[in-house]
Amino acid sequence: MSAAGSVLVVGASAAGLATAEALRRGGHAGPVTVLGAERHLPYDRPPLSKKVLAGEWEPDRVRLRQDSALAALDAEFVLGDAAVGFDAATRTARTASGRELSADAVVLATGVRPRTLPGADGLDGVHVLRTLEDSVALRADLAAASRLVVVGEGVLGAEIAATARTMGLDVTMVGPQPAPMAGLLGPLVSGRLAALHSGRGVDLRLGTGVDGVTGEHRVTGVRLDTGEVLPAEVVVVAIGAVPETGWLAGSGLELDDGVVCDSRCRAAPGVYAVGDVARWWDERLGAQVRLENRTHATEQAGVVAANVLGADRAYSPIPYFWTDQHDVKIQVHGTLPPDAEVSVVDGDLDGGRFVARYRHDGRTTGVLGWNMAKQTRIRRQEIIDDSPAPAAQR
Amino acid sequence: MKVTVDEDKCCGAGTCVMVAPDVFDQREDDGVVVLLDVQPTADLHESVREAANMCPAAAIALDEQS
Repeated sequence: MSAAGSVLVVGASAAGLATAEALRRGGHAGPVTVLGAERHLPYDRPPLSKKVLAGEWEPDRVRLRQDSALAALDAEFVLGDAAVGFDAATRTARTASGRELSADAVVLATGVRPRTLPGADGLDGVHVLRTLEDSVALRADLAAASRLVVVGEGVLGAEIAATARTMGLDVTMVGPQPAPMAGLLGPLVSGRLAALHSGRGVDLRLGTGVDGVTGEHRVTGVRLDTGEVLPAEVVVVAIGAVPETGWLAGSGLELDDGVVCDSRCRAAPGVYAVGDVARWWDERLGAQVRLENRTHATEQAGVVAANVLGADRAYSPIPYFWTDQHDVKIQVHGTLPPDAEVSVVDGDLDGGRFVARYRHDGRTTGVLGWNMAKQTRIRRQEIIDDSPAPAAQR
Repeated sequence: MKVTVDEDKCCGAGTCVMVAPDVFDQREDDGVVVLLDVQPTADLHESVREAANMCPAAAIALDEQS
């Protein structure tokens, strides 16, 4: 595409905004339209389970850019109008209100939506957390309650549990894994995390599946696979998310747990995907990858924008995420295979600050910091030094 | 160009240090951003803009007019 062509970005969150910004930084002078389902200007999601939920930040503080920066971007934001259909051949999106938007290049950045618990939809007191409204509604419900059950022991569930404890609630966390984030972090660090949550008063009922919720109009409890019912005034369901691709049915694009893309993050001629919704071919790993994390949204947007403008760049990141729970900040660079060999390389486990190195097949694949962010970032270089050569392009 | 950082927003990723090491560092104890140069010279502007855009916590703000 020439730098004077038009670009439509579908999705007005972090990945969509970063794409528009990277296009301008890359010299794109043509029209840029950013279409968003939510009515808000781009805002940041990580604080929604922490600062916003706790009430420490007013909701406006999550705005990603102030008016002056958005004005300088010179993009048209079409908000509060979800994309409901797409034709990849003509690069035309159709919206809920009946608009039709076409462009020389289209970037799909519609993200993910939370998975829900069957039978819990529509019951008062049952929440998911994805949007600003979700966070504000959950905060209001928690302020009037004393007993929360968090269904889900992943990063979001663990953050919500920690935040709700600071708000003074009785909190129980349930889920099938043996410890919070066990599948992501491995036994050593997730064991520490379990001890942290228990020590701060979160009642961990882990290693058991959830069968459903109880209650008629308002939730009264969470029923475990064992038949036991845990009483609850409020329930948060944080059991993962699914790519927002329903609107792309019949578009001509390949959809398989995300928008399937090549190593350039291209789904079809002139059509790209970025952020949580994109599943691309990672040449370094020799595998299809989809990532849901904040840093990835921005980093992939830089590569997609360059490719839209005519570059030919493969995307192969060192993934990164962080999480704040109670007084612990965890940073993870790279990947942490479940059967990795884990050793502490800075600090010490009992001192409450450490960096753990994860090695697999004789290579450092990831580093994890526990209250040791700078040292962890420095150790990231070990992952790069140990990276295999890129595999052939699919 | 004038750079400001919001320490309260910083998540300690260190992306800014990787992109513009002459302008940003991290505190040893908690990894929070340290601004080394409030008014970086013109040769650093491009990398500072990239650092601000890449920051996963939107903790870096730039005033291009100053």
